[in-house]
Amino acid sequence: MKMKLRRRQFLQGALTLPIALGAPHVAAESEARRRQVATAIAQVFGPNRTVQAGKVQVIVPAISENGYSVPVAVEVDSPMTRENHVRRLVVMSEANPLAVIAQFDLGPLVGLARVNTRVRLADSQRIYAVAEMNDGTLWTGYDHSIVTLAACVI
Amino acid sequence: MNDQPTIRLSVPERAAPGEVVEIKVMIQHAMESGYRRGAFGERIPRDIIKHFRCSLQGETIFKAEFHPGVAANPLLSFHMRAEQSGTLDFEWVDQSGQRWSKQARLVVE
Repeated sequence: MKMKLRRRQFLQGALTLPIALGAPHVAAESEARRRQVATAIAQVFGPNRTVQAGKVQVIVPAISENGYSVPVAVEVDSPMTRENHVRRLVVMSEANPLAVIAQFDLGPLVGLARVNTRVRLADSQRIYAVAEMNDGTLWTGYDHSIVTLAACVI
Repeated sequence: MNDQPTIRLSVPERAAPGEVVEIKVMIQHAMESGYRRGAFGERIPRDIIKHFRCSLQGETIFKAEFHPGVAANPLLSFHMRAEQSGTLDFEWVDQSGQRWSKQARLVVE
């Protein structure tokens, strides 16, 4: 009886071991990706800036068959008046060799804070956009795309 | 890169005062990222367009800065509030300072 229990425990342990070992790996990878975006924000906008989630909407296809050219649409909820507008909009990647993909300088003359472009993606990942308003606040949003054929090292 | 890349502009010919119009621009360019390797494993040097600017009568409306993550033949679509008639100037500058530009007329009435 005692032997059997041990054997059962061993089997259970053997089953959970790879899961337990795999979990930190996944966590470390997503941590590295988060850090890449955080570092890029600090580089572009300066260190120790508060970034709030919201106002920014990113749209990428849920599945990109080809990572060489993925359409990205970014829209910021802003009236784009002289008193209240988006000053800067940055598109960032969490898994490309270079985090910053493109930067846009906007102003009240633009009238509508919506920009479309096409990017390269090296892996399935989240695409972030960070908007800097004229009052200095930072807002962010993201969307995820699964890349079937990665742009091999962009 | 050839000297005369194809530039495509999509700008409405006329707009009502205060109307927000969409502008689409595309330039033919390989946007070589600098990460790719050729058939013999040699690194293909980076060759990208760095800057784009759209201006109306000298006043900048929209600017973009490109990095290697932008796809080849960079396409941009953005908006502008039509307030006065004039010539829109679109200009691209690559990493070595070479410039390409194209103009479009917008009539506001």
